Amino acid sequence: MSSASSSNDRPQSAGAFDIRNVIGALIGFYGVVLVIMGLVNNTAEEQAKTGGWNANLWVGIAMLLFGLAFVLWSRLRPVVVDPPKADADRRD
Amino acid sequence: MGDSLRLDAGFVDYLLVAAYFAVVLLIGFAARRGVSDSLDFFLSGRSLPAWVTGLAFISANLGAVEIVGMSANGAQYGMSTMHYFWIGAVPAMLFLGVVMMPFYYGSKVRSVPEFMRRRFGTGAHLVNAISFAVAQVLIAGINLYLLATIVEALLGWPLWVSLIVAAAVVLSYITLGGLSAAIYNEVLQFFVIVAALLPLTLIGLHRVGGVGGLIDRVTDSGRGEELTSWPATDLSGFENPVWSVIGIIFGLGFVLSFGYWTTNFVEVQRAMATKSMSAARATPIIGSFPKMFVPFIVVIPGLIATVLVPEVVEARAAADPDFDYNNSILLLIRDVLPNGLLGVALAGLLAAFMAGMAANISAFNTVFSYDLWQQYVKKDRPDGYYLAVGRWATVGATVAAIGTALIAAGYTNLMDYLQTLFGFFNAPLFATFILGMFWKRMTPTAGWTGLVSGTLAAMVVFVMSETGVIELPGQGTAFVAAGAAFVVDIVVSVAVTSVTAPKPASELAGLVYSETPREVRTDPEAHLLPWYRSPVPLAGIALVLVIALNVIFR
Repeated sequence: MSSASSSNDRPQSAGAFDIRNVIGALIGFYGVVLVIMGLVNNTAEEQAKTGGWNANLWVGIAMLLFGLAFVLWSRLRPVVVDPPKADADRRD
Repeated sequence: MGDSLRLDAGFVDYLLVAAYFAVVLLIGFAARRGVSDSLDFFLSGRSLPAWVTGLAFISANLGAVEIVGMSANGAQYGMSTMHYFWIGAVPAMLFLGVVMMPFYYGSKVRSVPEFMRRRFGTGAHLVNAISFAVAQVLIAGINLYLLATIVEALLGWPLWVSLIVAAAVVLSYITLGGLSAAIYNEVLQFFVIVAALLPLTLIGLHRVGGVGGLIDRVTDSGRGEELTSWPATDLSGFENPVWSVIGIIFGLGFVLSFGYWTTNFVEVQRAMATKSMSAARATPIIGSFPKMFVPFIVVIPGLIATVLVPEVVEARAAADPDFDYNNSILLLIRDVLPNGLLGVALAGLLAAFMAGMAANISAFNTVFSYDLWQQYVKKDRPDGYYLAVGRWATVGATVAAIGTALIAAGYTNLMDYLQTLFGFFNAPLFATFILGMFWKRMTPTAGWTGLVSGTLAAMVVFVMSETGVIELPGQGTAFVAAGAAFVVDIVVSVAVTSVTAPKPASELAGLVYSETPREVRTDPEAHLLPWYRSPVPLAGIALVLVIALNVIFR
């Protein structure tokens, strides 16, 4: 369907610009920061807010895993944007 | 917003917010590499996968206005707020994907107003394009203003500083990367928002003793009916439960939501950025799945706030009419999230405001460049010329949005009225589109007279309600106004069609169902797709799920 974009054949490997890598990196970075916060800054004041649950630590671990999963997904199924036929071999 | 809203943000929280902004700007620069012609800039070169556009589709709508507003409704009305998602969005999104998208995508138009022009000619096109463009600048300004007030209340930055900083960030990533950058940021924003609101909901539930604890405490405070979503008489403003159900299904669920979701170019543009007809149709359908579950992390925190946040508990108990429920979710964030998660929440809220504004502006620059400038001002220039026009339109719209934000700061009520006014353009649009797509006899004159008279009908109902001629509390006015617009539009269109000349059938290929060859409105490779990427089976699953949700949480 992309009649216009096939008129110029620029390279179309998504690479680092693949949105899944960007999402994985940002959420993963948030995860690392939250895990550190959970380990070093789990004070009584914070515990009072969360009702005794070390929220930063556990949410951080979950975000870390999520970020890794997204990076892994884009490694295992890289996007090939051109040509339009590539649609068939890009299963996600 | 008082000082009590001031969040205790520390260095780590600011670090997380800064990381988000850095990534947003990086996306703008990265997207710039891929922008080589105007189709790239305005429609992402029609190359994005459906899961990306599907998430962007709901994310463009999941602005902070929605997050703050819907959690406020949750705090005020309880579970009946779910109707805005399950009745007021999902069915229309499925309808867009299954029935209407083949015409939008198959006719190769670049915008919704362009479809209008090819089907009905100049009159309807001008009404649609101009009202849409003006509304987008206005709504972008309102988004910007809300963003700045929240930054002011939460972080203590002066209003004008946050206005300019936010506008500069949005401007830089859209002028650099065009629609791709806007869409990528919307997808990113979606994940950050979920990363902020899901822990908020879980910790909130933990604090009140789980789901059972929440139910007990809401029931104990004598508000047990707020745990049920039907018949929602408080929400609709109709005292009779039967009328309330009818009002919600036809007013909210049919006219208002179909008008918004199926003709609003901000949304439809996301689906047009995909690589195939199947992906375009799948976009709103894939979007409907997260849309179903978003209320659980938006409405439920509002409900939790009514038993956990002292200010909200007090306001509910005293039935304080002056309390601003828009603060509910912010107060809950203040009380529940530790430093660290607080930064994620701040980044998510700021992202939501910017994404809302970016969506408005990226839709505006397309309509301005293609539908107004190219069509009526300078025709037949090389493609690069319109790309430049698009970039300048973005700059102009952003500056204008700062202007409307300042007006909004001075005259809050005026902005409310104007926003309602532009809401009126949506309801008749749906009537005109659906008639025009399935009735080849409908004439160009009927197109624009139907639109104008439908809009006028909605305004008459609104003015009558404002001046007290008819008594309709709450959302009732909006439902009745939308219904009137729809009916008047259909009646006028049919009447005018019977006395004017239709377009020759040869000009209607791709635009009207009966005149469109099957291969134009279907995807030739559709049979190669697995079931989980075919639009119609996915839509069926979504429909079953949303009905199940309505039954479970009735």
